[in-house]
Amino acid sequence: MTMWPELEPLLAEVQKPARYIGGELGAITPEHVPGAVAWLLLYPDAYEVGLPNQGLQILYEILNERPDAVAERAYAPWTDLEARLRAQGLPLFSVDSHLPATAFDVLAFNLSAELVYTNVLNCIDLAGAPVRSAERTGEHPIVICGGHCAYNPEPLADFVDAFVLGDGEEVVGEITAVIAEWKAGRRTEASRRDCLRALANVTGVYVPMFYEPVYDGADLVAILPTEPGIPDVVEKRTVADLAEWPYPKHQLVPLTEVVHDRLNVEVFRGCTRGCRFCQAGMITRPVRERPADQVRSMIQSGLQRTGYDEVALTSLSTADYSGIQESVTAAMDDDAPGCGRVSVSLPSLRVDAFTVGIAAEIQRARRTGLTFAPEAGTWRMRQVINKLISEDDLYGAVESAYSQGWRRMKLYFLTGLPTETDEDTRGIARLARNCVELGKAHTNKPSMTVSVGGFVPKPFTPFQWFGQNTDSELRRKVGLLREDLKADRGVQLKWHDPTASLIEGLMSRGDRRLGPVLEDVWRAGGTFQEWSEHFDMALWTDAMAKHGLSMDWYVHRHRHEDEVFAWDHLSAGLHKDFLWQDWRDALAEVGLEDCRWTPCYDCGACTGYGIEHIVASAKPPAGGSQGTGQGLEWHSGVPVELGAKPVGVGS
Amino acid sequence: MSADTVATVEPTNADKGPAFVVPPGPTVRFRFTKQGKVRFTSHRDVARLWERALRRAGVGVVYSEGFSPRPRVAFGLALPTGHASEGEYVDLRLDHEPVEDLPVLCARLTDVLPDGITVLAAEVIPPGTPSLQEAVGACTWTADIGGPTLTEAEAAVVATLARTELPIERERKGKAQVVDLRPAIEELTVAAEGADQALTLTMVLATRPASFRPEEVVEALDPSWRMLRACRVNQWIIDEDTWREPVPLVVPSPRAEGRAS
Repeated sequence: MTMWPELEPLLAEVQKPARYIGGELGAITPEHVPGAVAWLLLYPDAYEVGLPNQGLQILYEILNERPDAVAERAYAPWTDLEARLRAQGLPLFSVDSHLPATAFDVLAFNLSAELVYTNVLNCIDLAGAPVRSAERTGEHPIVICGGHCAYNPEPLADFVDAFVLGDGEEVVGEITAVIAEWKAGRRTEASRRDCLRALANVTGVYVPMFYEPVYDGADLVAILPTEPGIPDVVEKRTVADLAEWPYPKHQLVPLTEVVHDRLNVEVFRGCTRGCRFCQAGMITRPVRERPADQVRSMIQSGLQRTGYDEVALTSLSTADYSGIQESVTAAMDDDAPGCGRVSVSLPSLRVDAFTVGIAAEIQRARRTGLTFAPEAGTWRMRQVINKLISEDDLYGAVESAYSQGWRRMKLYFLTGLPTETDEDTRGIARLARNCVELGKAHTNKPSMTVSVGGFVPKPFTPFQWFGQNTDSELRRKVGLLREDLKADRGVQLKWHDPTASLIEGLMSRGDRRLGPVLEDVWRAGGTFQEWSEHFDMALWTDAMAKHGLSMDWYVHRHRHEDEVFAWDHLSAGLHKDFLWQDWRDALAEVGLEDCRWTPCYDCGACTGYGIEHIVASAKPPAGGSQGTGQGLEWHSGVPVELGAKPVGVGS
Repeated sequence: MSADTVATVEPTNADKGPAFVVPPGPTVRFRFTKQGKVRFTSHRDVARLWERALRRAGVGVVYSEGFSPRPRVAFGLALPTGHASEGEYVDLRLDHEPVEDLPVLCARLTDVLPDGITVLAAEVIPPGTPSLQEAVGACTWTADIGGPTLTEAEAAVVATLARTELPIERERKGKAQVVDLRPAIEELTVAAEGADQALTLTMVLATRPASFRPEEVVEALDPSWRMLRACRVNQWIIDEDTWREPVPLVVPSPRAEGRAS
């Protein structure tokens, strides 16, 4: 059954063959017992990007622990291997047992970026199944997608049988049960449809074939169920208590180099900072902290088992974790004698001196870079996006970093934000210059890397109504910064390709009519589009023109209050009127405090699902600036009760 | 919020600790294999695998100083990705006297290294021992080939060995270069082995002045042949006329025995 003998000679001819051999520490080669549902978990990008994905690793373990399921992994083969597989008529394969994809009942993709969509089609095709869902029959696997991009699944609706919204830990078991029943009977085209109908009734699962979009001219009017018994709105899944899911227990340690090559321990899920551009912060609410003692034991057993000398405490804003000090101490106490020191990294830092202090304390093994994300260049702009960092916060953080030995720092900004003026854009250059100036008291060669990304509006955020800047406008803004910074040798400016942001924006808020566009781009060879050496804008403009679709209408058009979105039949718990009010507040330059420590705004994420924030500390973190209401006129400073009591309306 | 609220934290670059403390232990030279699927990892990958294995086994080694301390480990001549080996080496400077017999340490390291990497033997090497990179002067390779019959292969081997020059083209720093392969070939034989009578070349290639890969020899023999797989069987330190392995096996491999005289 294994394809290894066929693959082995091909691996001698391709780049980085270690991507295809499996054998990672923690890898599982499950026994495919009859009746067990076989999942192939796919990351539709190169192995070195996909291997570290924690979501995939969590489901890999949970499924393999179940008696009724087995799970293996696959990644998109790089173009050199793909060409050889196709030339030899070989299918996509799992890296664990090197089984052909045809040996699996489910192909489950993790969707974390829009530019991988054509790779999803490519992987389905390489797996030997028709790319269009409607053409698949009883012999073909069920194709499922999860991950953040599943919150607007419509561009992929023609190709994917089912999408899963939200946390996957619990729902994968329910999906397994439904598919096991299908597998136990006769797998026919009709039974396949019944299976998908049953999946559509699992909370959190969206099966697009049972929904029909209704248009009025170019405008979407509604997306309606086509059969009785299919829910009008699909709600996301939320794991109420992270403590019940201490996964991954056996994080994979790759044999070859990958991104984020370190132990990762998730300290909390969800974020209520309320940054208006941030989709992750909106769709993963509420905040659910992992107990500090569990974090500590995950760090200690993880380091011992893996041999890593670096651990990342992951979340959307780790300095907000109430158990941060305890967890950091635990990691540092784990230094094995003579084995060098453990360093801790905090991938999402807050901009303040407290954070820098923690960073200095923990990065004693290897001084890694320090990155701050003020996101915008002026206080006005930061009120619009609700990233409430004052200029003094930033300078305080930078000053303390210089005084503690850092020579180089990185600043992240977005451009193309709603209401952005040239003064706001140029504020980025001014902030960076001032930061370098501060460094001159500490070092001869202070240096700041300024990384600027073009803003792409995302579904389920207050900015979903905003028309994205055109690529020429984004290029003009980057031009302003280049001009302002050309004399400053201390500032290095980096920016992302605005053309690629255009396609990200197209897929992010697109609808089902983009299916043929995706298929055309894929058929024309447009895979690995998130890799600049493979991105090909001409393929996309040609396909849009061929199908009579307007990039302008999808990407650059401002939406009205009564706009029907392609994701209105899906729910992340957030009330649409809450998001609309937040959009109005943004335009009025009104900031909003963090609801962990202030009264509830009834966004819907807690109340709708009867869950609540799980935060160990009722007080905002020491030194925290954003969220304490700084600079806001209604500053209260009185935290609500947290923990046992629900934080509901009127509390 | 200002710098003085965090000034109590020691800066990292001043936090290296006292420079004297532990008198480091001996340098140990390990011999290991790289076989099976793991042979598709790169030379750099193998270095990382060792680093993590040492931590998992709790074997302390001396670290470099500076912002980014790394264990002081020295591997020998890089093995091309995809080629197997029965004789890879690494020198490790322990930060303590070994607490166990070296064969026990080898077994413990094998347990925490991936399948295909087996630590076969180890020896303490005295201070001042030349590095593997400097010391190794030749390698024995086997290469399984497809294409010719045994007779054809034998004829090509004889013809090649009869030549005084064997110029081949290689790319170096983006420029085409012609180098002479012939002086590097110390020995070259071909045999049909196993039940399927697969053809295997055995070659001894000098590493100086230039080091060559077995596929370059196969290509020079006949560009139409395919090299199916290659294995580095031995590395050799040459003193005058004596050839020895950096760490011999307790039970020497048959090829080593012939050489060790």
